[in-house]
This record gives sequence, C-alpha cells and structure tokens, in this order.
Amino acid sequence: MAGVVADPKNHLMASGHTACAGCGQAIASRIVVNAAGKNTIISNATGCLEVFTTKAPQTAWRVAWIHSLFENAAAVASGIEGALRYLGKLDNINVIAQGGDGGTADIGMGSLSGMLERGHDVLYVCYDNEAYMNTGIQRSGLTPLDCNTTTSPVGKRSYGNPRPKKPLLEIAVAHNISYAATASVAWPADIEKKVKKALSYKGPKFIQIHVPCPLGWRFDSSLTLEVAKLAVETGLYPLVEYENGTLIGVRKIKPKPVEDYLKLQGRYRHLLKSPEALEEVRKVAQANIERYNLSVG
Amino acid sequence: MKKFVEGSHAIAEIISKCRPGVISAYPITPQTHIVEGLAKLIADGELEAEFINVESEHSAASVVLGASATGVRTYTATSSQGLLLMAEVLFNIAGMRLPVVLTCANRSVSAPINIWNDHQDSMTVRDSGWIQLYAENIQEAIDLHVIAYKVAEDKRVSLPVLIGIDGYVLTHAFEVVDMPEQEMVDRFLPKFDPVVKLDPENPVSMGLLGAPDVYMETRYAIAKTMETALGVIQEASKSYSDVVGRPTGGLVETYRTDDAEKILIAMGSVVGSIKDVVDELREKGEKVGVLKIISYRPFPKDAIFEALKEAKYVGVVEKAVSLGADSPLFAEIAALLYKRGSNAVVNSFTVGLGGRDISSAQIRQIFGEMEKDETDTRFIGLNTELLEA
Repeated sequence: MAGVVADPKNHLMASGHTACAGCGQAIASRIVVNAAGKNTIISNATGCLEVFTTKAPQTAWRVAWIHSLFENAAAVASGIEGALRYLGKLDNINVIAQGGDGGTADIGMGSLSGMLERGHDVLYVCYDNEAYMNTGIQRSGLTPLDCNTTTSPVGKRSYGNPRPKKPLLEIAVAHNISYAATASVAWPADIEKKVKKALSYKGPKFIQIHVPCPLGWRFDSSLTLEVAKLAVETGLYPLVEYENGTLIGVRKIKPKPVEDYLKLQGRYRHLLKSPEALEEVRKVAQANIERYNLSVG
Repeated sequence: MKKFVEGSHAIAEIISKCRPGVISAYPITPQTHIVEGLAKLIADGELEAEFINVESEHSAASVVLGASATGVRTYTATSSQGLLLMAEVLFNIAGMRLPVVLTCANRSVSAPINIWNDHQDSMTVRDSGWIQLYAENIQEAIDLHVIAYKVAEDKRVSLPVLIGIDGYVLTHAFEVVDMPEQEMVDRFLPKFDPVVKLDPENPVSMGLLGAPDVYMETRYAIAKTMETALGVIQEASKSYSDVVGRPTGGLVETYRTDDAEKILIAMGSVVGSIKDVVDELREKGEKVGVLKIISYRPFPKDAIFEALKEAKYVGVVEKAVSLGADSPLFAEIAALLYKRGSNAVVNSFTVGLGGRDISSAQIRQIFGEMEKDETDTRFIGLNTELLEA
C-alpha cells in the first residue's frame, strides 16, 4: 500500500504506541511522517496523538518531535522554522505542525492564522476526527451538524450539534497560501501524494485529513476505512485541492445516500428516526456536491 | 562606554550584544520601546536575527520556545496582561528546561486597566520555574540581562530567566550608564550550546507525557536546580564583574545594614528611593538599612537571613499584594525568619500599586511604623477620601 514503508522497522512513527484499535489518526499520522521523511521536525499539539505516542520514557517518533501545548503547535513550528532559517538549515529540513480538529480550528485557530499569515515555511496537518476525543467526545468547531457528542447531546430539545462544521479549509485558503487540501485516511496514497506535493512548496501549506474515531463515533474498529470512504462518497467530506487560492482538483464521486454513512455510526443513530433532521444533513452533502462539482457524469 | 540612554533602548542594545538568533514579541505598553529598538537594529543590519512578529503573547512565548528547542538563543519581552497571557507557556518553557530570557516591563494587572508600574504581573508567575531577577536601575538592568543568559544556558541550570524592570520608572527613564563593549559580552557569553535540541541528525522527542510515575521527579529536579542556580548566579555575577571592571549582580545587595536595627527589604527601583531615606535617617543617627533582593527566584534564604540576623525590626516593602492573604514577599520573609528562630518584629507594607508614587515621606512613615507589630499587610499611601466615597 502506498504511504506505507515495507519494513515496519523503518516507519518513522513506530508501532507499539497506545492508540485505540482502528484509530484513524494513528494510521494517517504514520502515512504523513513516512511521506515527509526523516529530515523532518514535528511540532505536535496536545491531543490523542501526543498522548498515545509519547508516554515518558517511551516515544514512537523516529523524527525530531516536540509537544508544547494545545493551542500553540503552529507558533512553536514558527519558532522552529525561524531558528532553522537563522541557522541556514531550512532548505534541508521539513517543518510540520500537527494537531486535532479542536487544537487546530478552535483553541489553535489564532496561532494557525498567525503562522499562515506570516508565511512560515511550515506544513500544518489537521487530523479531523470531528470532536474532542482525548477528553471524551466533546463537541468542537469541526463537529458536523446534528452530531451527538457529550456536550452536544441528543435530547427532547436537541438533535445534537446545532451548527455545521467550521469551513477550516476555506479559512486556510483565504490566507493566500501556496497549497491547501483535504484528504481522507481511506486513501493513503492520496495522503502521501498531497504531503509530498505540499512540502515541495516554500511557505505555509495546510492539509486537513478526515480520520474516523471508532470510540467517539461509535462504530466497530474494523470499519475505520469503510466509514472514512463513505464520508467522501456521500459528499459529506469532499476531497479537494487548492494551489495558490485556486481549486485545482476534486475527488469525483457517484454520490451515495448519506444514510449509508450515518447508519454505521452511533453518533448519528438518532437521525435515522428523524426525517427532518436527516434532510438537513442531506442538504449539507448536496451543497458540497454542487459547490465542488463532485458528481461524475 | 558611558552613555546617556533610555532604559528600553539600553536593554535593546545589550540584548543585541548578547546575539540572540530568534526574537519574538507582541506589543504591550510599557514594553514596546525595547522590541522596537531590536526591530530597528535588525532592520539596519546591525543584528543578525529573525524577528517574528506574532498575533499574541501566547504565541510570542511559543515561538521562542520552539526556537530555543531548536538550539538557538532567544529573547522576548512583555508586561502585565501579556505576561499573564503567556503564563501557560512560561510553565511549559521551564518544564522543558529551555533557557529563554524574557524582560518583564513590570506593570499592574487589570481590572481596572492600568498601564503603570507595580510587580503584580511577575509575582503571579513566581512558581512557574523561571529564575526571576529584579533591577534597581538601568545599569543593573543592562548587567542582569547578560548575566541572565549565562545562568540560563549554564548546563547545571538550563532554566529560563525573567528580568523584572519597573515599567516607566526604568523603561522610559534616561540614565548615564556604562554599556559593555561587544568584545566584553562575547568574552563573557560563549555561543549557546544546548543540552538537547530538535535535530533530524539526532532525533529526540521533547515535551512527553509525564504520568504519575515520572512527573513529581521533574518538579523536584527543578526545585533542586534552583538551589544550584543560587551559586551559579553568584559565580556568573563575579566573572561578569571582572569583565566589566565594576561590581554588579549577585543575589542580594545590602545597603548600610551592618549595624542596622531597622532593615527594610524591597525589590526593583523603589530600593533607590529607600537608600536616599536611609542616608537621611543615618545623618540623624538612626540605625537603618535596606536589603535589596535581586534574585527572587531562586529565593536566596541564606543571604537574606545573613543580612537580617542582627535586625530588631524588619519591614517588607512590596509593590504586590496577595488578595485574601499576606503580601507574597512578606510571607516568605516571615517564614524564613520564623524557621531560623529570629525574634525580629516583621511587618508587611504594600506600596505603589498601579504606579502610585512612593514618596520619601511614605518611606519615612514606614521606618516610623516598623516597631509596631501588626499581623496584616499595611497599605501605604491610600487616599482615604476615595475609600469613603
């Protein structure tokens, strides 16, 4: 499989970490670092990825790696980049900042925007599992519409999260950066290609990767890639690519009914009994399909 | 070289001579002249450094954290709300043992919003694991910054240093100072040689999760290092004094305390005012003196006790409060004297909050009130009309 180094001993994110079975983020982050290669320094936000890879005295990382805080991965990466620039080493070393959806789109939004605006030569990767999973499935700015989380619970007066996802990719693109894309853990070769392409550009670049969470979304841990694939194929998670602010490509789909995606996940179970709410989610998919012209034929 | 210079510009010049590779800051009054000065030095090609303008103090501290972890000497400066916004990062920098140097242009904290001087900002982060040094005047501010880098980067220490400079009183004042030559600073301060750094050639992981099985030892290690730092600060001050040819730095400074019955303790620029009143009272035959604390963290217990052990009356004069308890420096001095069996009468005086002037009359008043043993902190210079309104 592309993005996977043949001998696991050569993975730059080693096995033996403590991620849950079927963790989409664990798969995607390994593909990202393998694609970037060993001449890489990673600044990692607080979150599941940091916790399950670096419980002292062990680390899963075979590249230079630092974790500071929840909201400052982009600012720490800016400092690393500044230091490498000062040392004259920036041409040979990739700097990657990475975090979850909360660490990126909520608490880290300011530092991400600052990093993008200042033009640092850094790739920011957001692993989007659509809620605060490390603290126990609380709603984030990237939680989808009508999604059941512990802080947007379904009840007599609630269908779950009342708002659609924050348009994070568009916000990144609005900073006039050289490269921005969405990706999905269901397409590892696509992640690898996009990481390598992003790193071929100077300046800031941004990739948002959809990474299903079996525990938080409540599906069987053997279904991670299946669930990820359906998110894309229903139009709910469009895979798109921007270069210098221009949309240069989308993954075309034969749109499947959103129920195919929703019915696999406990977080959406309530929707299947509510035609009105279901219709609202269908509208989100339809809007994506029209906006990005996702349908084949 | 002697020159007449504004405090902030003096700090910018001496920081430039310390050759930091990455500087990051966010503007806040009264810190601004320092970072403006550095930005201009870089713009003019006089300092080779990356100046990273950020969107908040939280990010300023995070940028220098990342740069320091990459093995480069760093600098940042802030004040007041900015220091509080950095607070989370400050703990993180110390926990990762990164030798960042930060100037805090000491300013009160909001509300009510107030841009003038006191020490409530840096007092709030006194337990963050940063070494804290306080300057009495611009000359001392210059010297402490050079000493700070030496101490921070000493492999026996590897901790960040905050230098407290009274906002406006020192940042915006002009003074004739002895500015060390570049050659002197270079001789005293070798290139930064980090213990560990982010380097693809030798990849390490920094900032790991410290579960209950390892966390406590990391805090103990910093506590023990603070004890070591007491010696390193003295050592660095001595060798710096040798280079510049005048005494400076150290943990504390005693002024006419040898046979003093009454000793006031203070930090920062107010010490200068107290020295004047000490001279005046000495003229009248009163046995008075002042103990200046330069190093607040680590807290130099031996040096403080040594200076106070013969005193009958001790007064702690501070520009800070602990709302709902005793003022912080007083609490530490009282605990120290109690633990060492002193019988001195110790009193707490809070002065000058939010930039209120501290007059000679107030200092004379404090000397006059020292014999009266009171449990609670006394606020000196209150406007009783406002309180009754």
